[in-house]
This record gives sequence, structure tokens and C-alpha cells, in this order.
Amino acid sequence: MNQFLAFIKKEFFHIYRDKRAILILLVMPIAQILLFGFAISTDVKNIKTAILAPKHTEMMERLAEEIDQNPRFDFVGFLQIENEIDNYLRTNKADVTITFPANFENEVYSGLDNRVCISVNATDPNTASIESNYIAQELYNILSEKTMKGIEPQVSPINVHLMYNPQMKSSFNFVPGIMGLIMILICAMMTSVSIVREKESGTLEVLLVSPMKPFSIMIAKMVPYFGLACINLVSIMILAYYVLDVPLTGSLFWIIAISLLYIILALSLGLLISTLAETQIAAMLISAIVLMMPIILLSGMIFPSESMPPILEYISKIIPTRWYISAMRKLMIQGVSIQYALKEVYILLGMTAFIIAITIKKFKIRLE
Amino acid sequence: MIQVNDIGKSYGKVEALKGISFSVDKGEIFGIIGPDGAGKTTAFRILTTLLLADKGEAFVDKLDVKRDFKKIRKMIGYMPGHFSLYPDLSVEENLELFASVFGTTIQQNYHLIEDLYRHIEPFKTRRAEKLSGGMKQKLALCCALIHAPKVLFLDEPTTGVDPTSRKEFWQMLKKLKAQGITILVSTPYMDEATLCDRIALIKDGRFLSVQTPQETVNRFNENLYETSSTDMFRLLTDLRKNSEVKDCYTFGASHHLLLKNDSSLEALKKKMLALGHQDIVIRPTEVTIEDCFMKLTKE
Repeated sequence: MNQFLAFIKKEFFHIYRDKRAILILLVMPIAQILLFGFAISTDVKNIKTAILAPKHTEMMERLAEEIDQNPRFDFVGFLQIENEIDNYLRTNKADVTITFPANFENEVYSGLDNRVCISVNATDPNTASIESNYIAQELYNILSEKTMKGIEPQVSPINVHLMYNPQMKSSFNFVPGIMGLIMILICAMMTSVSIVREKESGTLEVLLVSPMKPFSIMIAKMVPYFGLACINLVSIMILAYYVLDVPLTGSLFWIIAISLLYIILALSLGLLISTLAETQIAAMLISAIVLMMPIILLSGMIFPSESMPPILEYISKIIPTRWYISAMRKLMIQGVSIQYALKEVYILLGMTAFIIAITIKKFKIRLE
Repeated sequence: MIQVNDIGKSYGKVEALKGISFSVDKGEIFGIIGPDGAGKTTAFRILTTLLLADKGEAFVDKLDVKRDFKKIRKMIGYMPGHFSLYPDLSVEENLELFASVFGTTIQQNYHLIEDLYRHIEPFKTRRAEKLSGGMKQKLALCCALIHAPKVLFLDEPTTGVDPTSRKEFWQMLKKLKAQGITILVSTPYMDEATLCDRIALIKDGRFLSVQTPQETVNRFNENLYETSSTDMFRLLTDLRKNSEVKDCYTFGASHHLLLKNDSSLEALKKKMLALGHQDIVIRPTEVTIEDCFMKLTKE
């Protein structure tokens, strides 16, 4: 036991004295959360909006004012003729234009034909679809307020209700993804690199010629990274809740339990990589190419795995992070009970057992 | 204490060890002498249970290096050829770590490392990476000794160490031998060979001879000459062309010379003078381990 503790102490010294490691292990997770939460978001703000209304009525004026006051929109002005729509969109003076029919005011409350036309610059299709959604929602809201009691405005016949994330904040989506990525980074990459470093520098050679069991050397090397991953888990959750307003509606116990399971999975991946790689560079490359890239692209962190081509979707199913993210979204944002995330838990458990089994089989008690 | 029977090891197509056999008695300093790439490190790794041999068997204190590797790992001290302590830990932290890994404390075996540690104690808070080459090796030896091993395996412990530190290092090994510790040491420096009780000369994975340094020198059994002139390089090529010369090779600042027939010495000198060599000196010299090594490699 004394051996074990002395070894863990040594491992902490290594991390503590390596400024780069500290930066990656403690600062990066927080920076990533803040970056994805604020800077890199798929939220759309300051949508330049123009209105084409045949009659320049008081209602239109007030509508423009309401739109301008909303931080999501910038009102850029009234248009006079239809040709101007194209002109405004082409020159990027406006991102969105709204065209009202001539008799809009009279017909909107009477249920007659009152089609409002929304034109959006769809050069970036994702942004365009978000913008048109926003505009439709906003018009519906404004007009509802103006409506007399009991009369529904007829702007849109389909009433979309956005559940769990009504403002469509992308940070909600990113937080579970980042947690999934950070844990792999710390537990799999940093751990494997630190084990392989000892192989490369030859210190492992000396350690192997000692009464300490090779397997306990590895476990002792993982303990500090496990601790750091837990610290990160807590700090990410605090940031997510207080700074990014992620609801964390589900059971906190299960959020943490599943995260710990995922951390253990990532650690065993790290150990597996370290038994395969001979140099730090190789360990880093394996982590980056075999782990990071698929996680970022295929785990559903950024692109939904449901809309991938069948082959990629199939591949995404073997990425542990996909299941972790899915479970976290269910628990943190939807706030459902654990029953609905049991499938993910079982898959993660199975994957962990599988990786540990391979690692033990591949584990070397000698140099080759 | 160590028994090696026909150990061989290949890395892919490269045959690093081609079947070596030797034995080391308790309390003996046994040296494996040979150039880089001769197979010294492979031999050490097999004996320290780090590699498995392809053929042959080896025992350390009657324990099989393959089967009883756990027991062997507890009772030997190993110092690899390259510096393999933690550069970011201080001198004291390194020593403490290795003491704890072997389940002991610095105090418990301080008597073993006292002489060595005195030299590095003033720098005990300094990080290992900031130590000089000699200091690093002293610390590495301390770490290998801290658990009072029965057998010490030192793979090129003095490579890259200054002459004074090398001398101190070997004095230390003599003291450890006096305490009954068996030492297997390898070195590329032929001059260190005489400090061992017995030496094995190794080349290309094969032992050329296993004897005491004195026996090795005695077996040379030929007259050796030292020669020099103002133009050393031309002298070497001219001597090698001469039919009377059996062998000629550079040795430090002079050349060492072996003749087919000793009586032709004066004639050879004249021939060299005729070729325009100035200040030519040819005189008998003492045989060193390196000369034996050169001779054995050529046989």
C-alpha cells in the first residue's frame, strides 16, 4: 500500500511540475465550456430584418419597433417595392425580409387568406432555417399580443412548440458533448501519453525490475487522472448550471454515476493505447485519430448521428461517447428518469468490460 | 550467483545474441566488455527478466529468469544504460520513491549508500535533470542499491561520465563487492576492464573470451610495438601496405603494431624512413585489454 501511495504522490509531482499538463488538464476544459457556451454557438443573433408592407400603417410601425427591440433582430427598414427584396438580400443589407399582403390587417383576424411571405438568405442553410423559425415564432408572439381576446392570429397554421430548450440554445447541446470529449482527452490521451513517456524514457524498465506488480504501476498512474477528471466533471457541471443556464433537471446522482462509468471507460481506453503504443507521438496520434476525430465528428456532439449516411451512423454506434452524450442529454436537459437512459448505461458498461478484457490480455509484464 | 547457458536472442532478422554462456560467483565483479551494438544491453535485459530469450536458460541466485521473474525482481538492483530516473523529481524524491517501491526506507539501508550519497546530498533538493553526468550516475546507483540487492546489474554505468567520477564510481563498486554484493557490469571502456575480477569480451552477440583481465592479457603472447611519426595517417597506410606487418591500428596518440617476424624491426624502420617519414619511433609497449580485443576480433 505504501508503494502505491508513494507512486501516486510521484505522479502528482509530474503533473504539478508540468505547466503544459496543468494547462491541458485544468484550464482547457473550462475554456472549452466557455468557448462553446458563448463564442462558438449555433445561436443566431442580430438578424437584419426588413419589412415590405404595401400600407405603411401604425400596426406595421409597431411591429417594426417590436422586432428592433428583440436582441435577436435588427430592423433595417421598410421596403417599397418587391424588387428591393432581392436587392437587400443580395447586398447583405438584410438577412430576412417579411412581405405582408395588402389587406393583412383586416384579414389576419378574420381567417381569410393572409399569407405572410418570409424570404431568407439561405446561403448557409442551417442559419437560414433557424432564422425563419425565429421570425415565424416572433411574428406569432407579437401578433398574439395584439389580438383581441379569444381570436387566434392566423399567421402560421402549424404551431411549433419547442420542448426542453425553448430558446434553442446550442450550449445545452454542447455541454454533454464537451464533457464526453474532455474525459477522453484527460483519461485516455493524457494517461496513455504519461504511461508511454515512462516506456520511452526507460523509467518503466527500472520500475518493472521491482517488487511492484506491473498492473498496479498502471493503476497507480491512473489514479491522479481519475481525480482530475472528477474535478473537471464538477467544474463543468457548475459552469454549465450557473453560467450557461443548462437546467440539469434529471437526477444528479445518475448524472454523476454515468459520468464516473464513462471516466473509467476512458481510463481503460488510455491503458489499452499505452500497451499498443511505443512512443509518446504514437500514443498521441492514436488518441487523436482513433478517438478525437470520430468523437468530434460522429458522436453526435456537433452533427446529429441520426442524419448521417448509414455507414457513418453504424460506425458512430461503436463510439462510447455517442452513448454517453445521449444519456447526458436525456438526464441533464430532458430531465427524464434513469429508466429512459438504461440502454445507454448498459452499452457503456458492456464497452468498459470489453476494453478492460482486451487490455488485460494485451498487457505486458516485460519490455516486449 | 548468475548462471547463463547458451542464451540467444533475435530482434526480427537481427541476431543480437548468438548463444552466450558464463557464470558469475557470489561477491564477484564480472565485466562484459564490448563496443556499442555488441549485445550487452540485450544480455542485461534477459538477466533482469525484462526480455525473454529465444533459446538457452539463465538463473540468478538459482532462480529461473523466465519462471521466477517475480522473485528475481525483488532481489536484484538494475541500472539501465541510459539515465532512467525521473528528471522532474528532486534527488531526494527519486531516492524516496525507489525506497518505497521496494518497500523499504532510506534510513533502513542508509549504510549501503552512505559513501555515495554524501557526494550528492548537498544537491538533494535539486531536480535530477539538473545534475551533472557523474552525479546522475551516482544517484542512479543509490536508487539501485537502496533495497540492499543481492546482485547488481549495471549497464554501462560510466558512459558519459568524467574520468574522476569514473574512478570514484569504480572505488564504490569495490566497496560494494566487499559487502558481498555480486556485480555484473558492462562497459565500452577497455581501461575499466582491469578493475573487474573477470571479464567477458563481447562482439556481435558472441563472447570472444571469458577470463580474468590478467589471463586475457597473458594469452596475447606476442610482442606489441608502439609507433609514431610526424605524419600519423600516412604512417598507418604505409605500415599496412608493408608485407612484414601483421597488423597495425590506431591506439590513442600512437599506432600499435604487430610484426610477422620481430627480427625485421630495424629493416622496417629503415623502409619507413626511406618513404620520407620523419621522427619515426618504434618501441615495445605493454599489452592492454583493447589489444586483446582487437586481436580476438580478427581471429
